[in-house]
Amino acid sequence: MNEERRTIVRVVGVTKSFTMGKVEVMALKGVDLEIFEGEYISIMGPSGSGKSTLFNMIGGLDKPTEGKVFIDEVDISQLDAYELAWLRNRKIGYIFQTFNLIPVMSALENVTLPMTFAGMNADDAQDKGIELLKLVGLGERFQHKPLELSGGQQQRVAVARSLANDPAIILADEPTGNLDLSTGEEIIELMQMLSEERGVTIISATHDYKMLNVSDRVIWVRDGVVDRVERREELDISVGGIGEKLTGTKRNGSPEPTGERG
Amino acid sequence: MTKQAAGAGKSKGRIDRLITLSFAKSVEISFKSLQVRFFRSMITVSSLVLAVSFLAFVLVNLDVAGGLLVHGGRDAATALSAAGYDVDLADGAVSMSAKERWIVILSLLVCTVGIVNAQLMSVTERFSEIGVMKCLGALDSMILRLFLLEAAMQGLLGASIGAVLGGLISLLTGAVRFGLAAWADLPWAGMLGSVGMATLAGCLLSLLGVLYPALVAARMEPINAIRAEH
Ligand SMILES: Nc1ncnc2c1ncn2[C@@H]1O[C@H](COP(=O)(O)OP(=O)(O)OP(=O)(O)O)[C@@H](O)[C@H]1O
Ligand SMILES: [Mg+2]
Repeated sequence: MNEERRTIVRVVGVTKSFTMGKVEVMALKGVDLEIFEGEYISIMGPSGSGKSTLFNMIGGLDKPTEGKVFIDEVDISQLDAYELAWLRNRKIGYIFQTFNLIPVMSALENVTLPMTFAGMNADDAQDKGIELLKLVGLGERFQHKPLELSGGQQQRVAVARSLANDPAIILADEPTGNLDLSTGEEIIELMQMLSEERGVTIISATHDYKMLNVSDRVIWVRDGVVDRVERREELDISVGGIGEKLTGTKRNGSPEPTGERG
Repeated sequence: MTKQAAGAGKSKGRIDRLITLSFAKSVEISFKSLQVRFFRSMITVSSLVLAVSFLAFVLVNLDVAGGLLVHGGRDAATALSAAGYDVDLADGAVSMSAKERWIVILSLLVCTVGIVNAQLMSVTERFSEIGVMKCLGALDSMILRLFLLEAAMQGLLGASIGAVLGGLISLLTGAVRFGLAAWADLPWAGMLGSVGMATLAGCLLSLLGVLYPALVAARMEPINAIRAEH
């Protein structure tokens, strides 16, 4: 991790307030973040702390009340509709807690849709879609509709879809939130593999302590502010390997020995 | 830990990498969308069939009456007056009675409301799908185009079935009321015009019905569209 690090996401003084009737809810109260290319970041925090709101800001799905989000040093509030669509299409892949596949399309069609938007021709898109579905372990099921697939399988399709246009960033909002333990673990492994083999930057909001083991850094959010940011080495000490205790697995390819704690 | 340079996206220029959706592909997606929701789209289509067949029925009735009048002279005129038409023998023109005209206008209004309602529902039940598409990079204009295409296809199908149906029923009732003489002097050009006009009106109704909800859906922030599901 000592190579020169390029900042891919920079969040500067972002606040977000929602007005519900007369009450104003401050979901984010001033967040500053810097995320480097190729990092695996987990955003952790209690329910209602603002993780999803932050996720939407970083992904350009919603606009901050104040402050700025830079992706590749480009202020995304300055983008017009076309550029924003381009960003969502090519630069970022999204994974949601509720999978959000298009129910009337087959797994393959779901995966190839972003490629179609990107102007790829149908045959190439088909080939690439099948290849991606194989990568996530769904090689034979590409003709199935989402409702004919299990939750875990749907989330795999969503992972494949997020990779459609080789994005630099994958944003995931509680990707394991609707999955059981072992299925969730499989998705986490998949994301870890993407991070290591493809060098994709992964930013994942989560409640899931299993995610800690694979994260390079963990950003703890509380009440709309960043409580603390911990690198994994620090995390091992301060949390005492809580993730490992929970899951009983070690991080594959981890550079430092993880089994020495008591 | 080896991490290669990240995704290919960043290295290439922006100019040639615009978001597109070809017309053929749009038609394909819209068509599949209708196919998958066959039942719902058939309900929309059938409300169109009803509205348009009624309109065609009324228009072709007038054509048939006009034909009778031209060839049947005074006898025909009395028969038509008895049947409730406003006959102007001097001009050789037949029109609906005022009462009938009101009924036609009211029925068309009711059908329009029905079509708008059907299209509104078909758009709102797909908010989350639209949100997902926007997250994947779809432009507002693409969403709008998909819905307009769907509506146009539904309109074309429903309106042409309706127009033909309405025309046929009108011919049959004409024969029943005035005897086979009604078929002897049919003004074919006028009838084709009436059927064509009814079809066109149906297509326009369908497009008009979908325009507002589709505009709302297309302009929605993706995150709100996705949230709408829960
Ligand atoms: N669209 C909205 N309108 C009003 N308030 C909102 C909206 N979205 C979020 N909030 C509020 O902002 C705060 C943060 O919500 P957020 O969804 O970001 O939490 P979270 O950390 O993702 O929680 P969870 O872990 O339960 O998903 C909450 O108090 C929530 O009620
Ligand atoms: Mg959340």
